[in-house]
Amino acid sequence: MLLFKTAIKNIFGAGRRTWLNVAVLSFTFVLMTAFNGLIDGWINDALTGSRTWETGAGQFWHPTYDRYDMFTLPDAHGKIPEDFAPYLADKSVTPVLVIQAAVYESGNMQNILLKGIEHTQQILSIPSNHLLPEDDLIPAVIGERMANTLHASQGDHLLIRWRDKNGAFDVREITIASIFSSSIATVDEGQIWLPLTKLQEMAGMQNEATYLVKSEKCTIAEDIKGWSYKDNDFLLQDLYTLMQSGRVESFIIFAILLTLALLAVFDTQMLSVFRRQKEIGTYVSLGMTPQQVTRMFTLEGTSYSLLGIVAGAIWGFPFLYWFRKTGIILPESYTEIGLGVHETMLPIYNPGTIMTSIVIILLLSVLISWIPSRKISKSNMVEALKGKIT
Amino acid sequence: MKKIIGLLCLTFFAASTFAQDAEEIIMRVDNNLSAKSRIVESEMTVHGRRSSRTISSKSYTVGNEKSFTEYLSPAREKGTKMLKLDKEMWLYSPSTDRTIMISGHMLRQSVMGSDLSYEDMMEDRKLTDIYSASLIGEETIEGRVCYVVQLTAKVNDVAYETQKIWVDTGRFIPLKQELYAKSGQLLKRVVLSDVKQVSSRWYPMKMIYKDVLKDGKGTEWLITHIEFDKPIQDHIFSKASLKQ
Repeated sequence: MLLFKTAIKNIFGAGRRTWLNVAVLSFTFVLMTAFNGLIDGWINDALTGSRTWETGAGQFWHPTYDRYDMFTLPDAHGKIPEDFAPYLADKSVTPVLVIQAAVYESGNMQNILLKGIEHTQQILSIPSNHLLPEDDLIPAVIGERMANTLHASQGDHLLIRWRDKNGAFDVREITIASIFSSSIATVDEGQIWLPLTKLQEMAGMQNEATYLVKSEKCTIAEDIKGWSYKDNDFLLQDLYTLMQSGRVESFIIFAILLTLALLAVFDTQMLSVFRRQKEIGTYVSLGMTPQQVTRMFTLEGTSYSLLGIVAGAIWGFPFLYWFRKTGIILPESYTEIGLGVHETMLPIYNPGTIMTSIVIILLLSVLISWIPSRKISKSNMVEALKGKIT
Repeated sequence: MKKIIGLLCLTFFAASTFAQDAEEIIMRVDNNLSAKSRIVESEMTVHGRRSSRTISSKSYTVGNEKSFTEYLSPAREKGTKMLKLDKEMWLYSPSTDRTIMISGHMLRQSVMGSDLSYEDMMEDRKLTDIYSASLIGEETIEGRVCYVVQLTAKVNDVAYETQKIWVDTGRFIPLKQELYAKSGQLLKRVVLSDVKQVSSRWYPMKMIYKDVLKDGKGTEWLITHIEFDKPIQDHIFSKASLKQ
């Protein structure tokens, strides 16, 4: 306790030099908390977005379907096994049929995917309630990215061309019934959502689907008659990999900032050991062992970090609270990437991440403070009293 | 009553005669267009929005199953080769020195930005094998009297459910062709001209393909040299020949 009190007294006595170190460390601490918060916020948004817009609580794929292999698509459709009937009835599973097509807009042709979904489904956030089929009209919903590509607005008519299951061309006009905004590009770019029954009729694939999306209510979690079950660990694998890389980036930035901050502490410690040689000698002559002096100097260095964290908490708490409410408004180009990034990126502060940051800062500052101080224990105290530590 | 029955019989007879005529017309068209084997040198001009480019190629075809095409110019496309064996197709690109298989939806992609898909280029079945024909009238195109024949698919695996062809009454060569979707929407129009006699058959040396749903002037296909029923060595239709 005596050592701690003396150390605190000493660093307060150091004046501006101490406050400079504290300021740099508190800035690093708050900045890292904010940055990690942004990463956590994005991860949360991306995972929630993917589940609500695309993957549901898992999917069942037709035996030949592979979302990464477009070659499989022409054959990736089949009758839905009877085992799913109760789940289809209670709407805890919804089928999606996917076929390739082309859309014509102002004389330009673009290859797209037509996706059929039930208008009554409530598992995915696709506004399928606009897809109530009418006799002469094929309603369609598209995302904002697709609407921008096609220069289409709600109520516009577009010509689509597709092939039925036998390969015969057919052409019909669709009407854009609704345009949705989603942070998930994979339900938006290059695709048009149509009423499932209509698409099945158009393609000659009655009662067929490419994959089924399940809700939490559906208890099946295994392959059914060759339709392979894909859980969210599999379906969101790309996102997890991306997040891991985001975490690595965040760690690199943290390491750079912390290195700069701790360099200041290291520099201060070096200077202290050099300038306070007589003081060190006096401590020893008053009865302190060299190890105790080393410990006191290490404690001084560590106290910079402690004070930095306390100062960071004092000014950082209101700042981080304000930042949580306002977030960062991203340029359009970022949201268009469609990796679950919303227009405003809101941070989420994870206590675990904050505690880890604190522990890392403290441990490193102990180490960085001890390195210059360790030579005290090896020095000749008579020489130290003369001001000659070598 | 007898008169009515007689009239009905006459109508039925007339209709069946027209149908028979139409079948005969497309059979004679097939005789001109189809061959056991073909060696074709051609130039395809693709009209883009800003500019046009011409791609020349040499193709070897045996029946409907085997086809090999090598692009000769421009420099960027030179050496690109396509091999079709039954329903499978491979494309070799010399710039990447890679052979890729083209199947599924890729067959429906445009060939080098043209109005023709790989599938259009590969499709070489006889009209009589896949369509039923009915004669719907006569029209004059470029001073030539033509039968207007409506073709309706009689098999499932056909890209265009219906076609309308204008067949030169003297030479039994289509001078115009319209390809329709199942809904009846016109999809593509082909204008055939510069009909020449090659060996014992007539053949159109110039064809203009136009995807009518798209803007643009379409794609011109000009045959500079064609030989029918010449023996073609088997090794040409092997994957090894793509890299040679």
